[in-house]
Amino acid sequence: MEKPSYNTDIVRGFVNWSIIWGLVAVLVGVIVSLQMVNPDLNFPPYLTFGRLRPIHTNAGIYGWGVGFIFATFFYMAQRLCKTPIWSPKLAKFQLWFFNATIIASAVTLLMGFTTSKEYHEMEWPIDLMIIVLWVMFAINIIMTIIKRREEQMYISLWYMMAAIIGIAVLFVVNSAAVPAALFKSYSAYAGTNDANVHWWFGHNAVAMALTAPPLAMFYYFLPKSTGVPIYSHRLSIISFWSLIFMYLWTGAHHLLWTPVPDWVQTLAMAFSVMLIAPSWGSVINGYLSMNGQWHQMRDNYLVKFLILGLTFYGLQTLQGPMQSIRTFSAFIHYTDWVPGHIHMGTMGWVSMIGFACIYYLVPRIYGNEIFSIPLANLHFWLILIGQLIWSISMWVAGVLQAGMWNAMNPDGSLTYTFMETMVEMYPYWWARAIGGLIYLIGVLIFIYNLYMTVQKGKKSSSTLTEAEGRA
Amino acid sequence: MWEKKPVLLMVLATCTILAGTIITMILPFTWVNTKADRIEGVVPYTPIEQEGRDIYIREGCNNCHSQTVRPLVAEVLRYGEYSKSGEFVYDRPFLWGSKRTGPDLARVGGKYPDSWHYKHMDSPRSMVPRTNMPDYKWLRDNPLDAEAIQHKMDVLDFPYNNPQIAALQTKNEMDAIVAYMQKLGNDINWRKATQVEIIGELVNPYAGVDHITMEPWESVYRNNCAACHGEHLEGEIGPELVGDNYEEEELFKIIYNGIPDGGMPSFSALGSDKVWQLTNFIKYYNQGEGESH
Repeated sequence: MEKPSYNTDIVRGFVNWSIIWGLVAVLVGVIVSLQMVNPDLNFPPYLTFGRLRPIHTNAGIYGWGVGFIFATFFYMAQRLCKTPIWSPKLAKFQLWFFNATIIASAVTLLMGFTTSKEYHEMEWPIDLMIIVLWVMFAINIIMTIIKRREEQMYISLWYMMAAIIGIAVLFVVNSAAVPAALFKSYSAYAGTNDANVHWWFGHNAVAMALTAPPLAMFYYFLPKSTGVPIYSHRLSIISFWSLIFMYLWTGAHHLLWTPVPDWVQTLAMAFSVMLIAPSWGSVINGYLSMNGQWHQMRDNYLVKFLILGLTFYGLQTLQGPMQSIRTFSAFIHYTDWVPGHIHMGTMGWVSMIGFACIYYLVPRIYGNEIFSIPLANLHFWLILIGQLIWSISMWVAGVLQAGMWNAMNPDGSLTYTFMETMVEMYPYWWARAIGGLIYLIGVLIFIYNLYMTVQKGKKSSSTLTEAEGRA
Repeated sequence: MWEKKPVLLMVLATCTILAGTIITMILPFTWVNTKADRIEGVVPYTPIEQEGRDIYIREGCNNCHSQTVRPLVAEVLRYGEYSKSGEFVYDRPFLWGSKRTGPDLARVGGKYPDSWHYKHMDSPRSMVPRTNMPDYKWLRDNPLDAEAIQHKMDVLDFPYNNPQIAALQTKNEMDAIVAYMQKLGNDINWRKATQVEIIGELVNPYAGVDHITMEPWESVYRNNCAACHGEHLEGEIGPELVGDNYEEEELFKIIYNGIPDGGMPSFSALGSDKVWQLTNFIKYYNQGEGESH
């Protein structure tokens, strides 16, 4: 069978733009972390913490995260289906529409057009753009899969299809609102219902955008990078079905002790703990795939990113269930512990997988070998150290503040006022800003390395072997 | 089987996703926001309150302030009565938040007088020196758009009358957000219900205290009272504190329970020991200072 001519243009476009939006996300993140320690850095009306923080989160999730999901899905789908992308024209249009959507989101959020719903702040016209964008993407990927020339669908394709359906359902339901003006709408649900719908969305956006797609990538790019297959296909199948079954029950663990019905909270807590099994199913599958290959952690930088990323996934999916238990949630919820948790997932798990995929893709889509492997290693250590400083300082801060909030005198009165607990946070917020800055430097080195690869990298041999990436 | 049939796989995946969705997300609609959790006294927002709420959303206040008090001992002591489902039936969207960089606001309504909020929004650090909350003085520069607000009230199907709309003409965004603050958590009469009735004789444990013992209590005063009554008890939002005006027991009761209709919050969460320290500090510290200088 002759090799089909795969479309690499579209992969290039999404790789480039996802990196740009990723840089924006990290940069804005550093800015808001500095606003936390120095309120004089707020410049109203546009550049205040309240307006910038959603730009940080949305640029990270939708610009960087979904951006490299588009890039890798277009790359993987063509190869796993042994057929070119169904419609290159639609994909090309999708790239421009994607950027238009991200820019429109950033501008409207800066202007204060927001629904306030966390990780879904954009107002209804942007929501419509996102729906159009997703439908275009879904049609292209699903048609490519239907027209495939490889009968068996590899596990990565399963995760891709589940993510496409899952995000569509979540987003449409949570977007429901009554417009009151061009950029103002009121949620279709009120109060407790709105909260429950929203965190059903919020937590499963994590499942469908920041768990299933990186797993699709991991199952594809790890074997490609190491040259050995996944340890157990059966384990990956069991993990897949149990993961997409259990996740949808857990949203209310964000709402423990709130007026949401108790039984919904209890189900969320129970399913969150059960989720350890499918999550660790994938983690163990990844580790066992390294049997006899652990030396590659030393001499293949791609494997280092992938396995560390997977390790953070494992830690994330242990810490998450722990936080979902009522007693533990009562203590740490609303403190800085929670951002510490989220950032281990985003800076550690999701972004490490994203960086690995891009390092793998760039030599193949540009035909140049990576400019500098030492720089890639430096990038690895900077983002690892930056993220650890970030998360650990926030966990310590969270436990400290939770302890102070709950501290009581022998007569049953509170020991500390709110402000007495808040001022204790400043040193940790400084540490967090420094961690973010180190991470930012890592990202800049990553971008420099890729730029030099494209501009000055050695031409790679015409047939890149599966072992490519070994140093 | 399904690993060769993409459409079948997608149908099965959709069913799998819908199981938890139907039970934990759709089913609760049967009980939530129905008669089952309705609370008498909870009323929709007035035009100016709703506009204040929209400004709160626009400025992303929910990124740092939550709006639910959990039924936990320390939390109820700090913020007040825990939140109930029926209190949120007019909230579109919900604003419970997920992070308390600043304190929870679910029960802030009626805690302070309006003047406290104006001063605090103008310059939070003038009242709470080490807070990291940005200044929102600029909200005063933006007049309200009565027509747009009326349209929003129609969309929400909230009742309003013409005088309420006409009154918006002279108001600005700061007025709106303060009006919203004062509505929060105030539809149920929890403040009076949780007031403590002090029975038996109150005995000042620090009777006859000397000036040096009182010195460390100045920080208790500064953390809790100075924002309204001034660094030197000279008064600002609250009245000047003159020691001779009240008997010890009276002063203790005012600090402990507050004056719910007079804008004075209750400080019972500090515990009776600290409230006695404040009582003695307010009543005698300046006198002592006068003697020693």
